[in-house]
Amino acid sequence: MVEASVQPYAGRLANIEKYFGPVCALKNINLKIGRNEIVGLIGDNGAGKSTLIKIITGVFPPTSGELYVAGRRVDFKKYSVKQAHAYGIETVYQDRSLGEKQVLWRNFFIGRQITLPFGFINVKKEKEIANEIMLNTIGFRGKGITVDSKVSVLSGGERQGVAIGRAMHFQAELIILDEPTTALSLKEVRKVLNFVHKIKEGGKACIYISHDIQDVYEISDRFVILDRGEIVASIVKEDISLKALDEFLLEYAHGMKDKEVS
Amino acid sequence: MKRKDSPLAFLGRIEGLPVVGVLLLLYVVFAITAPRVFSRPLIYMSFLQTVPPSLVLGLGLTLIITAGEIDLSFPAIVALSGFFFSWAFKNLDTPLAPWIGVVLAFAAGAVVGYVNGLLVAKIRVPSIMATLATQFFWYGITILIASGLQQNIKEVEETAVHTLLTGRIPIPTILTKILFGDVVFEIPAQALWGLGLAVFIWFILNRHTFGEAIMFIGDNPNVARVMGINVEMTKIKLFTLMGIIAAFAGLLLTVEINVFFPTQGEGYMLNTMAAVFIGGTLISGGQGSIVGTLFGSYIIGSLQAGVVATGITSYWVQSVMGFIMAAAVALNVMIGEGQIGKLAARIRHWTVPGRAYGDRKEDHAP
Repeated sequence: MVEASVQPYAGRLANIEKYFGPVCALKNINLKIGRNEIVGLIGDNGAGKSTLIKIITGVFPPTSGELYVAGRRVDFKKYSVKQAHAYGIETVYQDRSLGEKQVLWRNFFIGRQITLPFGFINVKKEKEIANEIMLNTIGFRGKGITVDSKVSVLSGGERQGVAIGRAMHFQAELIILDEPTTALSLKEVRKVLNFVHKIKEGGKACIYISHDIQDVYEISDRFVILDRGEIVASIVKEDISLKALDEFLLEYAHGMKDKEVS
Repeated sequence: MKRKDSPLAFLGRIEGLPVVGVLLLLYVVFAITAPRVFSRPLIYMSFLQTVPPSLVLGLGLTLIITAGEIDLSFPAIVALSGFFFSWAFKNLDTPLAPWIGVVLAFAAGAVVGYVNGLLVAKIRVPSIMATLATQFFWYGITILIASGLQQNIKEVEETAVHTLLTGRIPIPTILTKILFGDVVFEIPAQALWGLGLAVFIWFILNRHTFGEAIMFIGDNPNVARVMGINVEMTKIKLFTLMGIIAAFAGLLLTVEINVFFPTQGEGYMLNTMAAVFIGGTLISGGQGSIVGTLFGSYIIGSLQAGVVATGITSYWVQSVMGFIMAAAVALNVMIGEGQIGKLAARIRHWTVPGRAYGDRKEDHAP
């Protein structure tokens, strides 16, 4: 990862297209994510946000196009979730990040355990590091939660905190948050946003996907608006106020409607 | 900084504690109701002799259920592996025949398990359906190739395989004299195999990456997948392992009773499942208790003999067994879900003025 540090972009997508059979899900996607940039990805249901994320995180390959991660071109034939992890891409999902019935220390290391010979897990080491992440990276102090707690006892915001802390521990260059605040109470949303601020402070990049324009606006440095598989706008935060962004999105939705009417 | 637990909450964290309690309680009750049988070592020796095949099956099944799957085909594997062993032993004219039989039995189990794994993981047949079908299929094949006949393999008693798998290990006479008086007490080797396998499988489930993959798959396969676990491959390996373990159970059974019969294994299905669930393994997957299965197997294995020995009319036996099973599972749920611990915590908070249960001020800090 040494040579990666000179790269200006944490990730770059060039001409990415994705077809599911004859259906075009993504068309001509060009997107650059700066090394310490928080990009808010906005789009309606079915705009192609999830498809885009799945391509970046190695769940499935695109039909065509190129992906560069920290300056290296990704070979989609060999690309996988594990490979994406190795490249420093971490994803925090709304509800797919943690095993609920499992204890926290297992959740921190699942998929990349610290092992002894023959594939046995070094439990002591994993617990030590998990404890370290909880105290220092996430800041879970005095909450009655230990590395031996099960995820099911955590609140929704705390769960996302664990997932974000895990991503930061594994030196993620690019953390993707896929609607991390859906179904959370306001208090919990606030916690999650605080964790996202830590990503920025930690010098890492982030793609933040949410329906809540207000949250996206607070968090992001730049807004990328996706509609029907295409990027229709990319606006830097300085150039637009929350109100203007909101109006822009509404106008956009209405504009579509008007066309249909006329 | 650490959560101050209620004094009783630690009970919920000791794996298999409730089920150990149930087993001990059961033996105490039996010792009172059937003192002539349960005050002598013979009955315990017979448990150590008859329970291990079921225990071995239960250990494999615990892994399967923890992964959120089910295997109904293991009784057929018990029969098929038993057939291969006895066939090789009877028909091969070499001193190595019993060992070849052992290898063939394991191979048969592995093949059946691998096929199950392919059906479940690759073709995505729900495991309950896939293994129900393969259970019928392999029983049919066993009856077919065995021509429906049983095979007597009494001579197996002279072989090293017999000694290794089901030999009797004498306890030093000084010890038995102190413990039981003049009665001879020997430990059946299969009891040690069962215990040894339990320890091994415990480490696999709780301390190995394979076991962790099993737990996460059972918990939520989508989480497992996005965290980089190869769900399909893990399932194939898991079902193959179950096949090998079931073959081992088949060997222990066939060698112990010195006879193969084509329907052997049929009685194990429900008993083994009951043992696993009594032990506290979640039917919904994600969490399995090997210690629970170990003691759960001995509970199930002791129930019938114990209830019969108490002298109640045989009409009652099944109902009493069912009642004890239900009670054991209920106890497990209560302790496992921490309800006893919670109760203790409530009592503590009631007695400490000024604090309500569940009030954690620190919660409000970011």
